[in-house]
Parts: sequence; structure tokens; C-alpha cells
Amino acid sequence: MALSREQLAQRVAQELQDGYYVNLGIGIPTLVANYVPEGMEVMLQSENGLLGMGQFPTEAEIDADLINAGKQTVTMATGASIFDSAESFAMIRGGHVDLTVLGAFEVDVNGNIASYMIPGKLIKGMGGAMDLVAGADNIIVTMTHASKHGVSKLLSNCTLPLTGKGCIKKVLTDLAFIEIKNGKFYLLERAPGVSVEEIVKLTEGELVVEGDIPEMSF
Amino acid sequence: MAGFDKVVSSYEEAMAGLEDNMTVIAGGFGLCGIPENLISEIKRKGTKGLTVVSNNCGVDDFGLGILLPDRQIKKIIASYVGENAEFERQMMNGELEVELTPQGTLAEKMRAGGAGIPAFYTATGYGTPVAEGKEEREFDGRHYILEPAIKGDFAIVKAWKADRYGNLVFRKTARNFNPLAATAGKITVVEVEEIVEPGELDPDHIHTPGIYVNRLILGSFEKRIEQRTVRSDA
Repeated sequence: MALSREQLAQRVAQELQDGYYVNLGIGIPTLVANYVPEGMEVMLQSENGLLGMGQFPTEAEIDADLINAGKQTVTMATGASIFDSAESFAMIRGGHVDLTVLGAFEVDVNGNIASYMIPGKLIKGMGGAMDLVAGADNIIVTMTHASKHGVSKLLSNCTLPLTGKGCIKKVLTDLAFIEIKNGKFYLLERAPGVSVEEIVKLTEGELVVEGDIPEMSF
Repeated sequence: MAGFDKVVSSYEEAMAGLEDNMTVIAGGFGLCGIPENLISEIKRKGTKGLTVVSNNCGVDDFGLGILLPDRQIKKIIASYVGENAEFERQMMNGELEVELTPQGTLAEKMRAGGAGIPAFYTATGYGTPVAEGKEEREFDGRHYILEPAIKGDFAIVKAWKADRYGNLVFRKTARNFNPLAATAGKITVVEVEEIVEPGELDPDHIHTPGIYVNRLILGSFEKRIEQRTVRSDA
């Protein structure tokens, strides 16, 4: 079975470490915050200028001056700090964020990522995604492995305009956890009940399968 | 106005001197911390052919979006513009020029513009459409592109509190691009929720020193929320 959105978030959460500063993109990455392991402290960075993002507010706590990068109302966690946008991206570009999680339309075997534009269709802009992928060392891309019609999104060459070049090393799809190195995809784990053959079939770029591939555990 | 007193009493006075085809840098992220009344004044004045530098372009009926129906904006430099139907229509029809700029690069362009730095190298955008036509250079084995700074004829800014000398304090994430915009305008106009006397703000707590501010006006604000999200388990 392909992973649900919640399972994708749960698997990413297994990569968290105590004391991590983490930037979570919009969509599935945001859900990771719900699965921080008990007893572990992580601080969430929101690139509009907040380190230490808390949960959504109650009706009484809503504050128009306090939002996250998805423009949603939020609260601040204990120990939070606020800063301007240049400072926020100094943190990101300067490599101070320990883990970045974001979505994508396509990735390829050279670590290229396309996530912000579909020419003629979707031209909304990159927001902070180009800065995040260029500045962070430890990035996990969460995405669906293939389209509804079975067209692979893990390619030998991205077809859409790039968000970043040569910057992605880890990809978690609804079918597999994959590492990118040496111009190839390496299959690390598969979703429970998903066969290696199925993953191979839906991966257009060169995929290396070494030994027994374990199922993800939750 | 006398000495360092920056306070003006009308929005007309606040935006005096804004002319067609000028460049305006605006603070705000989404609808958070936007200079909503200064934008309304630009609409009222009917100034046209503007180049607007702002992270976003508001929504159809609020924020910078209200300058679209009368075609007041010729070009926008922004990182994300997806919340606005009229914007999309004008962009698709080629009526509006859009320069998509990564958010961190946009912030740094404003900072550099205000700090007298003409351009800077960044890895952001290398190998992407953003790099097209830009100088590339390698430092320590990494690739960077040269990004020019941005300066505005006007900067329009929303702060929380100010003293009459234009020392500014921002509130929560409404700070965002505002302090950067404030540094990068030839004429920087700030609207605030409260104005106090000089000496009442703790100098250690001032985010933007008054040297960057030319005009200051007291406003009242709608502060519209774009994505109202609440938790139910309270």
C-alpha cells in the first residue's frame, strides 16, 4: 500500500533529532510537526520570520500579526524568536537549519528538483523554496512517486523549470525512501506491502537496488 | 514638521511626490504587516506605471491587489503571487510584467539596496530560470549568481509603534520585509498603530532607527487574515 499523507509525515519524523532546528514546507511537510517523538525537542523555523512556531491558535488566541509561511494563523512555542526576512534567510542560506522538508513535482538522479512552476499552467512563484534548497545540506523531499496515470516523477532529467540544481540527496515518496548519489537513485526502504518491482517500474531514472530492501516501520 | 519630527497628518501628505513610473518597495508578507492605508492612498491618487517590489501582491480586493483593476502596476518583483485572480489574468495576457524572485534573495536585495551594496553573490537560483542572464562565479567549489540590489523611489512600511522621530518597533511576524523596505526607499513612509514621544521607546528595543524614516502617519488597520486556522482541541 502506498503511504498516506500521515504516514509520509510519520516516516520523515523518524529522521528528526533532539535539538534540531527544522523548516517544514507547505502541505505534507507541515504534518511532520504532529509526529515529533515524545521527549524530543525540535524548533520549527517559519521563513517569514519566526523560530519556534507553535500549534494553531484557539479562536481566542488568533492574532493577525502572527502567521506562518503558509499564511496560516499560528502561535509561538516557548523560547520563540521573531526576526525580519533578511535575517530569516541568513539562517537558511547560511546553513544553520538542521533539516529542511519540502515537496516537489519532480526530482532527478543528479539531485535536481523542480517544485515551483508548470509553464502555462501554474505560475505562482518559488517563495522561499529556492533559498531553502540552495542553503540547506540536510533536505528531505516528500512527494508522490508517480502521477495518477503512472508517470514517474523520479527522472533521469527533470522536465520542469528547476528550483535547485544538484541539491537533493534524500527523497521520501509514497512508495519508497530513496537516496541520490553518484548520478543514481538508491532504494533504501519500501512502503509496507509495496514490491521492489513496482517501485522499479515507476522510477524512470536509474534505480540501484542492493540486497534485501526493508519495509518501512512505523 | 520640525527637526526630527517625522509625523504627517494626512495620507495625501504621506504619499506626496509619488509620480507615474516610479518604483515602490512595500513591506508585508501575504496580508500580514502590509501598509494597507498607504496602498489605498496610491489607489486614490491613481498613480500609474508603477514598479512594485513586494513579496506578494495582495488578494483581489485587499492589499496591493487593489492597484490591479486600474492597471496602476506595470511591473512587480515578488516571490509568490498565487492568491489573486486578476493578477493571474493580467500576467497571462502580458499586461503585467512579473519578475519572480526567490524570497531570501528579495529580502537581501532590499537590505543591500539600503546598505549601499550594489550587488551580492548567492547560491540561491543557480542553475534555475532565475540565473538566466546573470553573472556566475565559483567560490570554494560552489556556484553562485550575482544579484543586483534594489532601491525604491518610495518605500511603504507598516510598523506597530513609533516615536515621533520615526524610531520603529514591529509586532510579531508583521515585521517580515518591513525593516528591509524601510532602508531601501529614497522616501520611506511608515504607518503605525501608535505614536509616542521621543524617549518613550527603550533604545535597546527599537528595530528600525528613525534615520531611515522620512514620514510617519498614525493609521487604523483592518488586518485581514488570509488563512484563518484554529485548533479545535482547546
